[in-house]
This record gives sequence, structure tokens and C-alpha cells, in this order.
Amino acid sequence: MKFLGYRRPDGRVGTRNYVGVLSTVVCANEVARGIASQVKGAVAFNHQQGCCQTPPDLERVNQALIGLGRNPNLSAVLLVSLGCEGTDVALVAKSIEDCGKPVQVVAIQEEGGAAKTIAKGVLAAQQMAVAASRIPRVECPSSELVLGLKCGSSDTTSGLAANPALGVAVERLVEEGGSAILGEVTEVIGAEHLLARQCKDENVARELLRLVERMEQRVKAMGVDMRGGQPTPGNIKGGLTTIEEKSLGAIAKIGGTVIQAVYEYGQRPEAKGLVFMDSPGREPELLTGMAAAGANVIVFTTGRGAPQGFPFVPVIKVTGNEVTWKKLQDHMDLSVHGVMDGEESLDQAGRRVYERIIETASGVETKAEVSGYVQAMDIYVTGPVI
Amino acid sequence: MRRDAIVIKRQDNVATAIRDIPAGRMAEVGVGEQSVSVTVGMDISFGHKLSLRHIRSGEEIIKYGTVIGRATRDIQPGEHVHVHNVESTRGRGDLA
Repeated sequence: MKFLGYRRPDGRVGTRNYVGVLSTVVCANEVARGIASQVKGAVAFNHQQGCCQTPPDLERVNQALIGLGRNPNLSAVLLVSLGCEGTDVALVAKSIEDCGKPVQVVAIQEEGGAAKTIAKGVLAAQQMAVAASRIPRVECPSSELVLGLKCGSSDTTSGLAANPALGVAVERLVEEGGSAILGEVTEVIGAEHLLARQCKDENVARELLRLVERMEQRVKAMGVDMRGGQPTPGNIKGGLTTIEEKSLGAIAKIGGTVIQAVYEYGQRPEAKGLVFMDSPGREPELLTGMAAAGANVIVFTTGRGAPQGFPFVPVIKVTGNEVTWKKLQDHMDLSVHGVMDGEESLDQAGRRVYERIIETASGVETKAEVSGYVQAMDIYVTGPVI
Repeated sequence: MRRDAIVIKRQDNVATAIRDIPAGRMAEVGVGEQSVSVTVGMDISFGHKLSLRHIRSGEEIIKYGTVIGRATRDIQPGEHVHVHNVESTRGRGDLA
């Protein structure tokens, strides 16, 4: 299948064509927002990180910002810096530039305050936006799609309809040469031995098990056992029998697709096909990690109705719950509740999910985009704030 | 045809109820585009599982094409499959 996308100098394909105004540190968020709000076609990426953190976390922030800047949904990047932050702004700017994209930096302490920085940033972003508007959409193969996968506010319908339907779509996309990223390490706990069997080889399986164990150890260090009490009494009442069954309901998002490689948070996959990425389940960090890894479309399945979107990657909401579909019209993009009614097969539902991915990649807007519900963003850090 | 339960993958030996199914009903179970009939032996609630065939004690319970646990006793076709006749191969939340 083909879609209409924006081909970038590095060969990657965007499904959107924004000027990215990326804040390099929590202290510069107001200015980044101020610039983006005055330029049509510009979007701000804000977060709570970039200073007073351990070196490994600061490196993670650098890498996440590089990944976000390189995301093909951005035609150009304006970095908004305070001037004294822990983030290595020069490295971030250089690394983004290396993929052939225009990059400029404005720094609040250098320009002399927020007002002057916003004024300078607005003028720069305006030029970038005009240049971006010259780039046409061109026909691209579906193999250029990098699909981020997410589920949230799940219920019984997630494991039975929305996730398996997405699994059918992922199987098809990967067959066509496209890529997909599974994250949410916490969702995998209990079924990691089963997911390991879906890995390409033993090395990949070992990497995956290591990520799961590392996440569990982090949580254990806080005195919490994530395995205990799973499935919950509420899960059992709802019909879930074992922790494997519960986790498999979430993993159903990948269908029978083989996991080709395992990556750190926000790392851009070199492998084609399905990959697994270290990430928590929470929306801002997960969506940001997917975007940093280069996802150009994200599919987010939900039961009870999750509203979150991301500033520059379309997030398609798919639900299998008819009540949610009717009640949360301003957040839901596609319903597969016909599977729950017994009126539609998973294969049919999966085909519709796939078609919506192609349409969205070609420019059809998601509910999150048209409603502006696109602020679920932050960079995942694992150490203390100092 | 209005389905009562669905099978996620063809190799599964259990189906999941997509509505409450009363005891004695000949349930329509969707398998891909087709459906099969199974008489349910007891009330099965929405979201709960029923057996598609005879499953011997110790045999694996397959859903999503994958092992979700092991039968702790013989299970008849159409029987409710849950914590009373299945245990995890990992650890059981309700016994934790």
C-alpha cells in the first residue's frame, strides 16, 4: 500500500510537516510555547527535564532531544535554551543538523530575556514555516511507516477487540516492509517468557528479558513487587485467569509478528520490522519515546477512553468499547466494537485499522489533532532529581 | 449471525464470551470469519472463557495462540474455564 508523505533529506518520510520548537530544558518551556503559538505550522515540545539530574539521565535527555529533532514529521527545528542547563545543546543541535535538517538555537540568557528570545525565535520559525510549506506530499510505500504502539485506560474489550485488531494491522504493515515499535515494559511482566519466544533469536530474547528485569528491579528498589497480586481481584472477576492472560491481552497489539531487535528508550531502530523499546507505560514518556525513536504514526488502543495525543506525531485512538465510542466522540478515531457484538471478525477490524493508519499517514487528522489534545509529552528519566 | 463468544487465534482451545451466556445455550463462537456451536454447561459471564473441546487435567490452556495456564482438572467442552480449573504456569494472584 502507498501513502502520501514528506520525504526528508535523510530519506526518512514524515506524515506531518511541522516546524519543531524544542525546549532543551524545563526552564525554557514558556519561551518555546510562546514562539510556537505565534507561528502557523510550528509546534512546541516541552518537558520537565534537562538540568539537576544524574549524568546518565542528562545523556538520555540529549539523546531523546536528538531523536525528536530528527523525527521526519519535523521539517526544521528551533532549539530553545536557557543557557546554563545540563543538556548539551551544541551536541543536540549538531546531531539533528547531521540528518540534513535546518536547525537554529535561541538562548534566553544570551538574548536578554523571554520577550527578546520569543521575538527572535518567532522570526526564525516563520522562515522555517514558509520553507516547510514548499515541501509537497509525495507517494511513498508503506514500508516507510514507523508505527508506535500503545494501549491505555484498558478494559475487557482491549484484550479481545482493539489490541488483536491492531495486531492484525501490524502483521500486515510488517509484511509490507514497514516497522513498528512495542514499548510499555511494565505491560509485559508476566508474559515476558512468551514474548521472548516471539523474538528473532536468543540474543534478542535475552535483551528483552534484561529490560523487563531491570524495570522490575527499579520498582523493587522502591519496595514494590509488580508481580504480586496479579491478576487483581477485579481482573479475576472480569474473567482474566492468569497474569499471562492479562499481559497477553496487551501484547496482542503485535499479533504474531517477530521481534527483530531491542532498543533503549528513544533510540532510533536500525532494524526494520517490529522492535521492542525500553519505556514505561505512562503516556507522556511513552509517546515521547516513540517520537524520539522515529515513529511517524502512533496507534493507541483504549477501553475506557484515553484522550492523550502528541504535538507532532498523529495518535490514532481505537476502541472496542461501544459505550466509549459513543460517549467520547471528541477523542476516539475508530471503533472496532463490532468484534464485541459478534458482527465483525478480527481480520475485518484489523483491515480497517490498517486503512486508518494509511489515511492518517497521508494527512487525515486525528481527533487529538483537531481538538488540540496533544500535550502528552515528557522525557523518561530513571534517576533522582538533584 | 450474532456471536456469543470469540476465539482470538485458530489454535486456541478456549473462547471468550462477548455477552452473558446462560447455561444450556448453544453458543455461537466466532473463529475468524466462521463460527462454530458449543453448548455451554453453565452460566458464562461477559469476558469469561469457555472450553471449545475436552481438555485433560495438566493440559495447556491456549488463548492468543499462546499458553495462558494449565488445567488443574479435566474440563468438558462448553465448561467455564477460570481460576477453579486453571492455574498459571508462573504464579497465581489469587493465592499470593
